[in-house]
Formats: sequence, C-alpha cells, structure tokens
Amino acid sequence: MDGPVVTMQVRHVADTVAVVDIKGEVTAGCEPVLMSAYEEAGGPGTSRLVLNFAGLEYMNSGGIGMLVTLLVRANRQRQQLAAYGLSEHYREIFELTRLDEAITIYDDEASALAVAGA
Amino acid sequence: MTEAVGPERAIPAEQIELSVREADSAATPRDVGRWAAKVDRLDVQQRDGVRGTNVAGRRLTGPVQGFGKMWQKTYRMELPGEVTPQQAIATWKTHFPEFWPEGNRFAGALTGISPGDVALLDLAIGGGVKLSTGVFVLYADEESFTLMTPQGHMFAGWITFSAERSGSGTAVQAQVLMRANDPLYELGMTFGGHRKEDVFWAQTLTALGRYLGTDDATVTTRTVCVDSKRQWRHAGNVWHNSMIRSLLQTVATPVTALRRRVRSTS
Repeated sequence: MDGPVVTMQVRHVADTVAVVDIKGEVTAGCEPVLMSAYEEAGGPGTSRLVLNFAGLEYMNSGGIGMLVTLLVRANRQRQQLAAYGLSEHYREIFELTRLDEAITIYDDEASALAVAGA
Repeated sequence: MTEAVGPERAIPAEQIELSVREADSAATPRDVGRWAAKVDRLDVQQRDGVRGTNVAGRRLTGPVQGFGKMWQKTYRMELPGEVTPQQAIATWKTHFPEFWPEGNRFAGALTGISPGDVALLDLAIGGGVKLSTGVFVLYADEESFTLMTPQGHMFAGWITFSAERSGSGTAVQAQVLMRANDPLYELGMTFGGHRKEDVFWAQTLTALGRYLGTDDATVTTRTVCVDSKRQWRHAGNVWHNSMIRSLLQTVATPVTALRRRVRSTS
C-alpha cells in the first residue's frame, strides 16, 4: 500500500489555539500523520484546534472516520474542534455525514479564530 | 525594454487545452461522484420482499449522533490467488445481498450499490420477528464502499467494505464505526448483540470468499473501543427505535390487513 499523500503543519496562533494546515489526501492511511499533528497541536494548554482544509485535494470515507476518531480524542481532552477552508463539495460531505454538528465550520481562518478570541 | 511579440510567442492550441484541463482537475477533486449528494431525509419507494418501513423520511445518523460507546470493529479475510481488489469489490457490490446470512433480506436499488442509493433491510432478530430498517450508500469507488445508517437502526455509524493488495493476494475487510443508537440497543448490543454482529459479518465475508474461490479463508475480528463514554443527550433516539416499531408493525399486521379488507368490500 502506498504511503499517505498528505502533510499536516501545526501553527500555534495563540496560547490556547492551534491551527493544523492540511494539504493533500485525507484517507484512513493518513491516521499516523494526523495523530502526530494532534500530539503536537493538542497539548494540555490547547482548548481549541482549528483544521485548515484549504489544501484538501481528496477525501474518502476512511478519512471521515479518522476525523471522528480525532473528534473523540479532542472531546476527551475537553478541546473544541473547528474547521475552515472547506470547498462547497467537502462542506456538503461534512453536512451529509453530520460531522458539522460536532466540528463547527467557518468560512475563513479569521472567523474561526475570532470565536476563540485569538 | 520591449516585449517580444510575434508568432514565436503564440501558445499552441494543445497547450491551451492542456492548461484548461489542468485547471479543471485542480478545481474538481477526484472524489466527486464517489460521494452521495447531500440529503436531509431519506426518500425510498416500497420494494418487493421486504416490509420497507422505518426508512422513508428518516435522517442519517453517524457516530456523532449515536448514544452508546463507540466501537471500531474490523473483520478481515486474506484471499490467496489472482483476485484483484477491484474484482473483489465489484463482486461484493454486485452480489451484496447474496452473501448475507440466511433469514436476512437486503433490497437494494436497481442500480446496485451506487452513491445515494437507499437499501431496505429486514433483519432476523429471533422469535420470527424481522427488524425493518435500511442503509444509505454514502461513498463508493473501485476499491471500497460505505453504508450509513438511518435513525432507528441498531447503530448510528457507517460500515466500510474495502479491499487491498496484501502479500501475493488480496485482503478484503468490513469495518464498522458505530455507536448503539439508543439505550435499548446499547443494552441489546452489550448482551449478545455484538457477538451476533461479529458472526453476521464473519459469515458474510466467508460467503464472499467462497464465491471468489476460497473455501477455507479465516476471518479475523479486531474490536477497539474508541470512546467508552455514552452520549446521554442522545437517549431520546429511542423514539425512532426500529426494533420497537417493527414489533408493533408485526403485531398490527393482521389488524391492518383486516381493515384493508373491510375498506375494499364496503
């Protein structure tokens, strides 16, 4: 099986807020990359994790499942998950799978960070 | 400084066409068409061979909307030989209902298993009672497809069927990511439901393996509790419980039939 074609870079934009820039393909195969990014972003002081999907090129159902797993981990740490940069296509997938009821979607980074007061 | 103009600066038509194609492919992700279009509530017509209740008008439910503990269960089987992952999935899609254990019915759409299709199910739950529910085809490509459940189903979540190269053969698997939909189902899953489900999918994979020419393949089961917390805010899902409704529908069947007969004679 080929390795994941994805990169996830973490930016700490405030004391309690981290942004993960996702570029490439989100599938079940990229779980190690996402979880590693989560470890880097989601330290004890982080209360809000913002996923930037502007660079998302492909996502299958395994990818959505992986986001659910991430959501569980974040909830366990009482951290909020938010997302922005989703194209209309991927926004519809979030709505179809009803993931948007747990991960708040924003139009852009400024809006996502404004809610956190960052 | 002057800018060079003239024929040597002209862009060939093929190059323009290529640039347009590249721009198109960059704008349209390749998973478009593999995902179902967004639906708010399920719309499905009655089909032969199943009761067909508890599906039309229902919303889809994912693990976020479920009640019970969250589980990821993976049933996997290695197929030796020359069957490719694409062939395995094509076979599975085409013959999906035939691989189900006896006593259970899957009435799919005429198109088979395509994104957006809704299938009606009658599941044997013992005592001659059938649980009527359904599934929605959330995603499908050449190497996988995913079914999502509606309100009232035993669990909220999805099942992904996939195949991939493994050594010199092909591995096929069904992976369930789910929470029991309500407190009653959670009780049922705890006291025998999970075991029943494990047997169900092991039998399904075995039947697929047999169809693909492997009689002695072993199905391995891996169960992971992803979240041990129950989501009590979703306890009200019990209102849609298809098992209770199926029981009531079974009891009411003679009355309903009698009422129809009276109406037709009057």
